[in-house]
Amino acid sequence: MKFLERMVNLDRRFIYLALVVVVALPLILKLVLPIRVSEPVREAYRSIEDLPSGSTVMVSIDYDASSEPELQPMLLSVLRHCFAKRHKVVLLGQWALGLPFGEIGLNKVSGEFNSRAQSSADSILYGRDFVNLGYRPGARALIVGLGREFRDFFSADYRGTPVDSLPLMRGVRNYNNIDLLVGLEAGQAGDEWIQFAGARYGLKIIIGGTGVIAPDMFHYLQAGQIKGLVGGLQGAAEYETLVRHHGTGVAGMVAQSTAHILILVFIVMGNIAYFVLKGRKKS
Amino acid sequence: MKKEIPLLITFVTGVIIVIAFFIPHQPFGRMQEKLLIWYSIVLGFTLLLGVDSLVRSNLTKISRRQPGWGYAVVLMAGFLICLVAGIASLVKYSSIIALNGPFMYVYTYIIVPLQATMFSLLAFFIASAAYRAFRARTLEASLLLLTAALVMIGRVPVGAEIWRGLPAIQDWIMEIPQMAAKRGIFIGIALGTIAMSLRVILGLERTYLS
Amino acid sequence: MTHIIGTWIAAGLTLAIFSFLYRDNPAYKFAEHLYVGVSAAFAVLYTWAFDIWPMLVDPIFRSRGVTSPVDRWILLIPAIFGLLMLARWFPKAAWLSRWSISLTVGIAAGLGIIGQIQGILLPQIQGTLLPLTTINNIILVVGVITTLIYFYFSAAHKGLIRVSARIGVVFIMASFGASFGYTVMARISLLIGRLNFLINDWLHLLR
Repeated sequence: MKFLERMVNLDRRFIYLALVVVVALPLILKLVLPIRVSEPVREAYRSIEDLPSGSTVMVSIDYDASSEPELQPMLLSVLRHCFAKRHKVVLLGQWALGLPFGEIGLNKVSGEFNSRAQSSADSILYGRDFVNLGYRPGARALIVGLGREFRDFFSADYRGTPVDSLPLMRGVRNYNNIDLLVGLEAGQAGDEWIQFAGARYGLKIIIGGTGVIAPDMFHYLQAGQIKGLVGGLQGAAEYETLVRHHGTGVAGMVAQSTAHILILVFIVMGNIAYFVLKGRKKS
Repeated sequence: MKKEIPLLITFVTGVIIVIAFFIPHQPFGRMQEKLLIWYSIVLGFTLLLGVDSLVRSNLTKISRRQPGWGYAVVLMAGFLICLVAGIASLVKYSSIIALNGPFMYVYTYIIVPLQATMFSLLAFFIASAAYRAFRARTLEASLLLLTAALVMIGRVPVGAEIWRGLPAIQDWIMEIPQMAAKRGIFIGIALGTIAMSLRVILGLERTYLS
Repeated sequence: MTHIIGTWIAAGLTLAIFSFLYRDNPAYKFAEHLYVGVSAAFAVLYTWAFDIWPMLVDPIFRSRGVTSPVDRWILLIPAIFGLLMLARWFPKAAWLSRWSISLTVGIAAGLGIIGQIQGILLPQIQGTLLPLTTINNIILVVGVITTLIYFYFSAAHKGLIRVSARIGVVFIMASFGASFGYTVMARISLLIGRLNFLINDWLHLLR
């Protein structure tokens, strides 16, 4: 009885310590498990894969540091996929604190391609192959406005360079010139892209979402409002597997697995102790 | 007039936005286009509202040496360091987010670790709550915990190692029953939002004016 | 060298925040206040760099991105509304900020009506109109209808409505359980991110 009472009233710092151990050990030992790719992620991959080479893909950075571990691996994988297919990338952001992650991602992935490039034609160049438009407040107003004309909101890119001087942007005026939107979402912006850009202007959309919002995206997927869904760190790991470039997504999945098992053990232990104590108190 | 003019502004802007979706031609299309740009501009100013009260209250704390004024110094120091770094990046590189600018240094090594670690504390709290508070007291709670367990194990790679069928069960839960309930909830929210938006435009809902 | 110093600063701030798990302490308070300060500065910088400068100052004073004088000078209207928003700083003039709030609320409400009807209501209802020829379709349709019935409070939950609502509860609990499972995944991912930084980016510096 005393043991059960102590179990129920266990100092939470032991719980925290157990969590740190089960998450840190797989990371230190660099353990990896095979990743099974789910159908929503496969559909997202196909949406980019099936686009004709040279298509224009818009990427929206709608997250910040609080969702970076889940969504940044997705961004890197999507950029690698797009650049490998020679798609053009137009990047913008609706979360002020998250836009630097877009710039970091573009710089990293374009650098990878440029280090292997033999000539300018092989290289990934700013202005020709990708553009970072920056951030504007406005949320749904911005989304509806871009359906008419990008230059109403983005007359210049994030550095102040007029967009008309960028070769890529000369052919982009509104959603009619965008072949696919990849929304990397940590909040409500994904719903707004779907409601306005998707429903109003027919823009094809795939969503990469955090684990918190991913369950709220399945009904859009079933209704055909989005063409694919990459959910949480597991989704990021699946996309890394598909583009054959393992990163922090795959690296984190064993730690994710052990943490989930630990949480379930906690739930079971807590319930066992609770019900046994309750039964004994009744009798 | 302090209430009538704002109500009129809400009514006119709301009606123009809605009509322009049905009649995109002049003048409604052009008016909608302008209003959307103005919305974006005005929204940016709201970010500044909180900053003023924060700066003023902390400067007051420092000047009056109120309890905790040392932390107010830290807050203001952080504010100034970030502001100066941002201005330096803007002047030298024409952009705050230029990768080799001082602002990105502050962003990468101060803002990101602070924000990311703040939110990662939630992992510990959820683990603690799982142990101390999640009880299968009722049939509904048991159903919730069972679904959670199947999703948590089926979603990660170890689930397939435990039993091959677990990922498929997880997929089915997400794509059918979970999705059905979410759809019902979101349809309900949509109906409520439409009703509330109509009330706001017609001036029946005025709480935003207080 | 700057990268090494920066990594140590980041690691120190990370451990300062984590120290809260043991107990509240000055190191955590220091990091917390620093976070609030830099975030506030960030808001100021962003408002200038991504809103006021490119959408007001550049078009009005340098004619960048505008095609006619009307397009240029009409921007004075949102500039005035933006400044009126800041009237909240002055108690006697705070009522003027209601004009700016009304502008944004009216536009948001108008967009909300269209977005919800065209973006959620119609496509979602259409997605539910499925032939009841498979078990999954039957479960899906039953799930949507019973969930809606559960949230319908204008009629008493008696008889058939009560039974339907009870079935709806089953689906709602399934969705909450699934959301909880995914939320756990999300939170753990954040912890994985920070420990990854500490183990790989910081500690490898010590090896």
